[in-house]
Amino acid sequence: MTTLTAPAPAPASPITPVHERTLRNRVSFRQGAADSISMARRGLVKIRRTPEQLIDVTLQPIIFTLMFTYIFGGAIAGSVADYLPIIIPGILVQTVITTSAVTGTQLREDMDKGVFDRFRSLPIARIAPLAGALLADTVRYLIATTLTIVMGLIMGWRPGGGVGGVVLAGLLVVVCAWSLSWIFAFLGVIARSASSVQGMSFLILFPLTFLSNAFVSVDTMPTWLQGFVNVNPVSHLVTAVRDLASTGSVTGQVGLALLLCAAVVAIFAPLAVRSYMKKA
Amino acid sequence: MTTPAIEAHGLVKVFGGNRAVDGVDLTVEPGTVYGVLGPNGAGKTTTISMLATLLRPDGGDAAIFGHDVVREPFVVRQLIGVTGQYASVDETLSATENLMLFCRLNGLHGAAATRRTHDLLEEFSLTDAAARPLKKFSGGMRRRLDLAASLIAQPPLLFLDEPTTGLDPRTRAQMWDTIRRLVATGSTVLLTTQYLDEADQLADRIAVIDHGRVVAEGTADDLKSSVGQQSLQLTLVRPDDIPRALDAALDVLGIAATPSPEARRLTVPVADPARVTDLLVRLRESGVDVDGLSMDKPTLDEVFLTLTGHGAGDDTPDAAPVPELAEVSA
Repeated sequence: MTTLTAPAPAPASPITPVHERTLRNRVSFRQGAADSISMARRGLVKIRRTPEQLIDVTLQPIIFTLMFTYIFGGAIAGSVADYLPIIIPGILVQTVITTSAVTGTQLREDMDKGVFDRFRSLPIARIAPLAGALLADTVRYLIATTLTIVMGLIMGWRPGGGVGGVVLAGLLVVVCAWSLSWIFAFLGVIARSASSVQGMSFLILFPLTFLSNAFVSVDTMPTWLQGFVNVNPVSHLVTAVRDLASTGSVTGQVGLALLLCAAVVAIFAPLAVRSYMKKA
Repeated sequence: MTTPAIEAHGLVKVFGGNRAVDGVDLTVEPGTVYGVLGPNGAGKTTTISMLATLLRPDGGDAAIFGHDVVREPFVVRQLIGVTGQYASVDETLSATENLMLFCRLNGLHGAAATRRTHDLLEEFSLTDAAARPLKKFSGGMRRRLDLAASLIAQPPLLFLDEPTTGLDPRTRAQMWDTIRRLVATGSTVLLTTQYLDEADQLADRIAVIDHGRVVAEGTADDLKSSVGQQSLQLTLVRPDDIPRALDAALDVLGIAATPSPEARRLTVPVADPARVTDLLVRLRESGVDVDGLSMDKPTLDEVFLTLTGHGAGDDTPDAAPVPELAEVSA
């Protein structure tokens, strides 16, 4: 197209002058929620575009469930069948929480891209890019949760809580993983690089998931360790999931797990958002 | 009296010990194109980032249409569009998906968002590539998409950070047309550039920025006339003669000449062309052999050289020897 011969396209409609615009200096909660959902939709499209990012949430549940059950089943519970009601809720929690750590790494990678500069220049809720990313990642938790439960069922797990109990247990795990992902989002925001987020995340994840009742009964541990295991939120979550799956009853442990999750969000969401805005 | 689109006083940004922006004053009237001209690392992007609420100033203040960038950042963001030096669109998304996302974030939903996306793709000739992944986009297509995304909210003020850096001449001309059309709709544009002809072509006023400071400000003509109406270009036979030629110019015309990047050339601002003969005679007397000469109207490049003592495009290969020459002549 030469500028000499081709007529210039008709000018776009005139812009609204500044004094005729209604300007606000605050984001309403409604707009914040709408922005977060728009950002979550972006996250979902990204997952669809790069399905290789789902390898961890598809392979890990299958491999870990098989491995842990057949390796430890005989030693810990006498038989694989007896171990299943203990290990499936445990491995479910462990797998999904491990998955939530990836959120931090991906957030870091994402933030290094130019598009985050544009997000910061838009009149949107500051929390939206973060909240949206975290919201979209619940899809990953759902996949990991479903696959672990299906693996358990294939291996002969017959939870007494029925479909309702198992679905509730799965939802509880997803909610808790989302809550814990704020810790990793915070790390993702403050870290210098994606690989350092990964390193730090594993330093947190290993004690949190292994120093719990996920794989063995607390009674078998030394007293000093029991102290930590009993306050570890992961232990309460595992117990809550076992109660829901095997009896279908919503025990106090469920409430406690939700309360601890709320506390994690209350602490880490403001921290993450504040550091995120400082970097802006 | 109209409120300026941009009004900045003494803006400062310090990174570690480096004062990236060191007291920048800017006033941009609405409906104009303002060019910020400077070499790499002069502080152009940092200045834009502060005006666009992406960076908090360490000193000074700035207002966009009368709204302070620190106290009312959310209002400012409703009035601006930012197009970065590197295309700031989402690479994993297609063009359509990008525009739909930014429509939604700007409060357009459903049919309105679809229509706006369609119109923008059309306007920026991206319709054919709309569904393709961005990884396969050329540099020019990315810039166009980037600019399209900035226009969704029809902001009255647009920041274009080096909008044509790295584009081929044809795409550059297209970008210039687009910018002119934007101004025709009533937008104010602040653009940074390393290209002198770009500032000359597009900008109503130009600020020349170097080492975080505004070293000159005015219209392109103001800046050009500040270095004299015409200039004499001298090419010497021996580069070693440069210092003597500089002395001669200072002596005869009372003006400091500027050695040019090619190391054998001198640019001498000339107020009175008749005096050129005197200079040539003096050069012959001092044994400085002249290889060629011409009289030129000043270009912004010379303005830049005169103002800062070095070339505008620090990344252009022939600009490299200049600092050394400046030392020789000092």
